Amino acid sequence: MKLEDFRERQAAAALSEEEIRAAVEREFQVIGRRLRRTDGIAKSTGRAVYTDDITLPGMLHGKILRSPHAHARIMSIDVSRALQLEGVHAVITGSDMPELYGIIPWSRDEYALCVDVVRYIGDGVAAVAAIDEETANAALDLIEVEYEVLPHFLDPKEALTNADTPIHEPKKPGENGNISKRVQLEFGSVDAKMAASDVVVKDDYFFEGTTHTAIEPHCAIGYCDAGGKLTVWSATQVPHYLHRELARVLDLDVAKVRVVQPPIGGAFGGKSEPFDLEFCVAKLAMITGRPVKILYTREEVFYAHRGRHPMFMRYETGADANGRIKAVHARTILDGGAYSSFGLVTTYYSGQLITAPYAMESYRFDSIRVYTNKPCCGPKRGHGSVQPRFAIEVQLDKIAEQLEMDPIELRRRNIIGSGSRTVNEFRITSNGFAECLAEVEKASDWKNKHRRLPYGRGVGVAGSCYISGTNYPIYPNEMPQSAVQLQVDRSGRVAVFSGASEIGQGSDSMLAYIVSEELGVPLDYVRILSADTDLTPVDLGAYSSRVTFMNGNACIDAARKIKTQVQQAVADQWLCKPKHVMLVGGWAFYGLDTETKMPISEAFNLAEAKYGALGATGSYNTPKDIHGEYRGGTIGSSPAYSFTAHVAEVEVDPETGFVEVQKIWIAHDCGRALNPVLVEGQMEGSAYMGFAEAIMEAHVFKETGLHNAPSLLDYKIPTSLDTPEMRSLIVESIDPEGPYGAKEAGEGPLHPSIPAIANAIYDAVGVRMDRMPFAPPAVWKAIRARAERERSGGLTPWKRDDASLAAAGD
Amino acid sequence: MLRLHPYHYHRPATLKEALGLLKQHTGDVMAIAGGTDLVPNMKHRLFTPSHLVALKDLAELQGIEERDGELVIGAAESLTSVATHPLVKKHLPALADAAAAIAHPMIRNQGTIGGNICLDTRCTYYNQTHFWRKALGYCLKKDGDVCHVVKGGTKCVAAHSADTPPILMALGASIDIASADRERKLPLESFFVADGIWNKMMAQYELVTRVRVPLPPPGQRAVYVKVRERNAVDFPLLSIGLAVELDETDSLAQRISLVVAALGAKPRVIGGLDKITDGKKLTSDVIEEIAQQAFRQCNPLENIIVELEWRRAMVPVYVRRAFKQLLAQPRAVA
Repeated sequence: MKLEDFRERQAAAALSEEEIRAAVEREFQVIGRRLRRTDGIAKSTGRAVYTDDITLPGMLHGKILRSPHAHARIMSIDVSRALQLEGVHAVITGSDMPELYGIIPWSRDEYALCVDVVRYIGDGVAAVAAIDEETANAALDLIEVEYEVLPHFLDPKEALTNADTPIHEPKKPGENGNISKRVQLEFGSVDAKMAASDVVVKDDYFFEGTTHTAIEPHCAIGYCDAGGKLTVWSATQVPHYLHRELARVLDLDVAKVRVVQPPIGGAFGGKSEPFDLEFCVAKLAMITGRPVKILYTREEVFYAHRGRHPMFMRYETGADANGRIKAVHARTILDGGAYSSFGLVTTYYSGQLITAPYAMESYRFDSIRVYTNKPCCGPKRGHGSVQPRFAIEVQLDKIAEQLEMDPIELRRRNIIGSGSRTVNEFRITSNGFAECLAEVEKASDWKNKHRRLPYGRGVGVAGSCYISGTNYPIYPNEMPQSAVQLQVDRSGRVAVFSGASEIGQGSDSMLAYIVSEELGVPLDYVRILSADTDLTPVDLGAYSSRVTFMNGNACIDAARKIKTQVQQAVADQWLCKPKHVMLVGGWAFYGLDTETKMPISEAFNLAEAKYGALGATGSYNTPKDIHGEYRGGTIGSSPAYSFTAHVAEVEVDPETGFVEVQKIWIAHDCGRALNPVLVEGQMEGSAYMGFAEAIMEAHVFKETGLHNAPSLLDYKIPTSLDTPEMRSLIVESIDPEGPYGAKEAGEGPLHPSIPAIANAIYDAVGVRMDRMPFAPPAVWKAIRARAERERSGGLTPWKRDDASLAAAGD
Repeated sequence: MLRLHPYHYHRPATLKEALGLLKQHTGDVMAIAGGTDLVPNMKHRLFTPSHLVALKDLAELQGIEERDGELVIGAAESLTSVATHPLVKKHLPALADAAAAIAHPMIRNQGTIGGNICLDTRCTYYNQTHFWRKALGYCLKKDGDVCHVVKGGTKCVAAHSADTPPILMALGASIDIASADRERKLPLESFFVADGIWNKMMAQYELVTRVRVPLPPPGQRAVYVKVRERNAVDFPLLSIGLAVELDETDSLAQRISLVVAALGAKPRVIGGLDKITDGKKLTSDVIEEIAQQAFRQCNPLENIIVELEWRRAMVPVYVRRAFKQLLAQPRAVA
């Protein structure tokens, strides 16, 4: 096809005169519209190529031998028989990669394969590369490992008091090696404010461990080319950090390592640090000279874990007679599992992130993370703050009840406004929490339901706040947190090179929307190449809800540089001011007279003739003056915070304890919805995930340290038939620093699910569920305990005239 | 992913040929129909036969028909077929309900009624990978000699977890069992034994070929109730098959068959109900007595990860609910 024909077709496909005139009136052309994802068709038709779909010529298959003991010393490993098996190409053990790694540079405590001690059932000990999986499995059976079994700890409280055989060497002599991290911070005078409170609620909460259950298991392929360059394809959400750690552990020049992240089938925080398989495929590929793939079994995914920390939380909250929060005192034990992972950050987050959306006059927390001989906990959607949010929001419900105040009203009275500082000195910019509360209150018909539904049915409310990215990178540096490079073709096609990780949240689509908005090209003229460390600039990864905010800003930065050049080149031709040249829907046109126009490709050609090849880089870094100066004051500080409120409606079967969550109303302040469909998807997905944790998930272990149920049949997550109806209510507060005013939407909307359901159960049957999950046996027992007290006259029957009803189930 | 062991896959054209293969390779062979139970179990190395005999498309195992006062169902009919077949829905709606309550649509399309009847017993210490079981030190049911459910126990207590047998037993079903040498018929009630290792009165070279359910006498009502954590996918935590023959006045129970399952290795037929109902109307007091009788006779163990006290307490609750559902059914028109 000749270029002219192509342009004609392109022009024909673009906007009509009327549409152009209408476009002039609109603030945005693409942003805010309900558009398809750029990868939607490929993923929904099964054509997306995930890591395990990649097969390379001569590829070998790897398997990892795992510890059958929860805690043991490795006395010897003999791999000779495995090496002799036909079809086996290489066997490696911990001594092949004796370099500690860890996502946080200050707490590196893992080996790619265990060197001397195994710390949980499933810890990697050796790895094999063979012609197929069957041969690799057979080789694992031939590896002889001699262990000296050590006492193991499953209960963090026990590990805190007994350190005879600590899980890790103490950092200093005399310290308890089972303590991973402790943070104690106080803001204001908690004791005095607590004493001066009119109402004080103090009690214990327990949040059970849960895991991510991404549908795609972890998978990686390593390949070392003739020049010695190592490439690792991996289902990771942090290609940049993986890139660095691979080079460090394998002692390679960073420039000779390439990490490529193919499309991902879910991550949720479970793929946000390096894992043993990535080091193993790399090392085995280096040894054999052939590509090596390892795909985790579902069981191995459960052992890799890095899911929600179980937390024991003792909370004390004081308020005045008007319901204003005067003091909060939190003491938390985090069950960390065998290694550090992000634990340093989790420990801070468990305390730092509950200081909004409510103002509190004083606050103290003491969080201690303890090692146990179980798979390592880490970040799961809503990292570190979902657990304390459960505690504080249930406590607010209890305070409201004591004050005989509507729990929404109590929350309203405590709202920390926009343009404020939290008690721990975080800067709050935009804040739409008041609107969130109003939206769920209205949509749920709250006033006619709360305490007014019949026995067995109830509603509950909760609020929350979450970060839009962390203010500082994991390793200290002054460089941008995110960058994008754009390249424009003469056809009108724009290529986006971005380090950001598309993990299903829609970051590739987000980039396409921004380029389309800024440069006026149709969406399908934007090509996204993301997360390939050889080809794309650095983005730190898909964690802490940072991608839209940071990568989006970087993309706007790059696009506007090109836009300026294009506007200038066209203005030269039309003899007009550059600001009057508009780029919309495949056209450049004169904003004051839309009859004057040219196809966008022509505009690009003019710019290329004037400036040379069209391309630009853009980057984003965070503002630095938005937190306190105390130690740890940077952890949890974010350039912007999102806000959420939920109302959940439940029906509890008092005879059986089954809780049916019927509906969740979710109002979320995402700043601006760049694409409302994707924002709603994140809101519903988050609410679902929280609901699942509330009702049934339990990542628990048998007394030997064996995982109770490492399969998707026995580890319960709700099916579509169990999932409540959800109503997403988007609130837009237009953040001053977000891209077009956007903030995060991927994690915040999870938080209120759990306490809203707990509070709704109370409204339904009058029992407080302070321990998770709210599974039928636990709810049933609580209802029976209350019934006992009602019968003995200790409590008045809940929403009923007499106590006999609750006696059901006997 | 988890891999299967190597095996020979036989694809016989006739039932006779299939039975011959089972006999020929006895001790190292298994029949495979839908495979929805067997394949995951093989991946877990719970079964590693060198020979698999496919029952797919064997005409002798197909078909659902009314014959001589019975509904006769071929053992290889899919669970979807049992759940949706007009004759099953017309005569035995409770059986259709039980089949429809199994797993999820894809499993029901693949799994068969014969396979469901022969479903292996399940236990939290057994339905795990080989790595997991080895780390545990194995168990009584497979590869070991220790029971982890009952410390010091010498009898396997893995749970009968199939959905169709409780209601089939309540409905008085029997099954045809064939081998290369003979064919026999057995009441389903006599088929199951209280041994979790192998809870079936059937040799490994035998096959269930047909299920026979008497057409319901006038006044019979039946119901299947399944308790599970999720509304799909899950095996039962507790299941109840209940069939009652009511007299013309629709209140006097002439025959009651109550089967409680998923607690132990064998579905439990609740005994002594005749004495309770003897000539009495099905009042709430009588139903309560039946519920308490069931409670006394059912003692679940920790073969499933769910609290014992609650699971046992649910027995009378769901027996009451089964009666409530049953009595709410419209009276059958003769």
